[in-house]
Amino acid sequence: MESRWTRREVLETATILGGASVLARADTTAEIAGSAAEPMESTVRLSINGEEHTLTLDNRATLLDTLRERIGLTGTKKGCDRGECGACTVHIDGKRALSCLTLAVAAQAREITTIEGLAETGALHPVQAAFIRHDAFQCGFCTSGQIMSAVACIAEGHARSEAEVAEYMSGNLCRCAAYPQIRAAVLDAAGEAAR
Amino acid sequence: MTPFTYARATSLSSAIAAAGTQGVSLLAGGTELLNWMKEGIAAPRRVVDINALEELDYIELTATELRLGALARMSAVAEHPDVCREFPALSIALEKSASQQIRNMASMGGNLMQRTRCPYFRAEVQLPCNKRAPGSGCAAREGDDRSHAVLGGSAHCIATHPSDAAVALAIFDAIVRVQGARETRDIPIDDFYVLPGETPHVENALAPGEVIVQIAMPRSAMTPKSHYIKLRERTSYEFALVSVAASVETEGKVIRATRVALGGVAPKPWRLRSAETELVGLALDDEAAMYRALEPDFEAARPGRHNGFKIELARRTAIRALQVAGGLA
Repeated sequence: MESRWTRREVLETATILGGASVLARADTTAEIAGSAAEPMESTVRLSINGEEHTLTLDNRATLLDTLRERIGLTGTKKGCDRGECGACTVHIDGKRALSCLTLAVAAQAREITTIEGLAETGALHPVQAAFIRHDAFQCGFCTSGQIMSAVACIAEGHARSEAEVAEYMSGNLCRCAAYPQIRAAVLDAAGEAAR
Repeated sequence: MTPFTYARATSLSSAIAAAGTQGVSLLAGGTELLNWMKEGIAAPRRVVDINALEELDYIELTATELRLGALARMSAVAEHPDVCREFPALSIALEKSASQQIRNMASMGGNLMQRTRCPYFRAEVQLPCNKRAPGSGCAAREGDDRSHAVLGGSAHCIATHPSDAAVALAIFDAIVRVQGARETRDIPIDDFYVLPGETPHVENALAPGEVIVQIAMPRSAMTPKSHYIKLRERTSYEFALVSVAASVETEGKVIRATRVALGGVAPKPWRLRSAETELVGLALDDEAAMYRALEPDFEAARPGRHNGFKIELARRTAIRALQVAGGLA
């Protein structure tokens, strides 16, 4: 649809609403609407497990593919690539999120944690240790996502009963059906965190 | 996915201007847009990221209404104490949507803009679907229609709307506040969604260039006494076969006023307007009378081959939702 506003009207409004900072950042309405000559890639600064990475990416790149193919952090797994299985779960600003449904270019200025960033000073994270204790996996493909989800689930306070763990871990599928062991590991780690 | 340029909006006015430009998609939570792009359902040439617009991320309870910014996340709304206390059906509906990962990402505005989960619409190869390719036909009408609409469909489309939250918003008479380049409009949720008719690809009343900025719902004595029941093929992390949002005002066990809406049975949240009148004066434990009161709204039902069960399921679930909302069950 053609804009019914002239460029001047829009720019004036942007100045009034957004103040000087809008123009200082050169984010004018004309620029946000885009022009044909713009690149389909962006230079992106990502903060992953406390480390800064600067790389040039196709705008289409998901955070999942970027982690695996560009950064070399292959612990995050690609299952369905449609937000249905949870294998790609990471933490973004401390909250669990799906890296397959996140554009890497949109993840700038956010703190990203992957399974590789969970263990501190070489010791296993308590949830990782609980998964081993309870044999909470068979093939292991979903495990990174399960553990990232479980750490967040416990931090949210959603691990107070087996039923609650089942509900709040339902976004992570396990085709080996290790669910009873996974629930036990999450409950055990939650109890440990509370002690 | 086809290539696109990317920009981050730093003011609402620039986001609105971008939304009015051909080929631009706004990016909020991205849980729908990325899948549409991957499947070829959407192919924007430019993606404008609106997540930096903090002025759209709020949950505010005033003396008269609850206001949700379009960028408030589903998980934040679901767990907000004011929402849990004053509008429990909305909290429950959100809590039973998707997974915690997706609820952390997805925005309330985006939730309303979800598109159907009809497998023919979402197919990796393009199948006959009038929503996806107008004029191509409707594969569901001759195919697997178990999850499809029994009310409000047309010869051209029998898709259901997947949002749980929208069903709760329907009983709360929510207002969708949209802003365009020239004006701000308040659209009642019932008018926000439009029926498929001959143009199933038109799903809502948003004009090109309009952006959802707020969802507001008035407080009343009834809203704290509300409930949401969702029935599905799995216990969790699945879309509704049938869902019911209900609120009720009672005197003892007798219904004085009520609002009921169904999910999973129609192209939009389906208010049971006849029942809302017929149920008044009935006791919450008189299930036979309630069952009869729920009949007229289903006279217009047109089940297909595999979804006739939804009619009976919806009536029974509505009774249960009313009882829980009224504190009886």
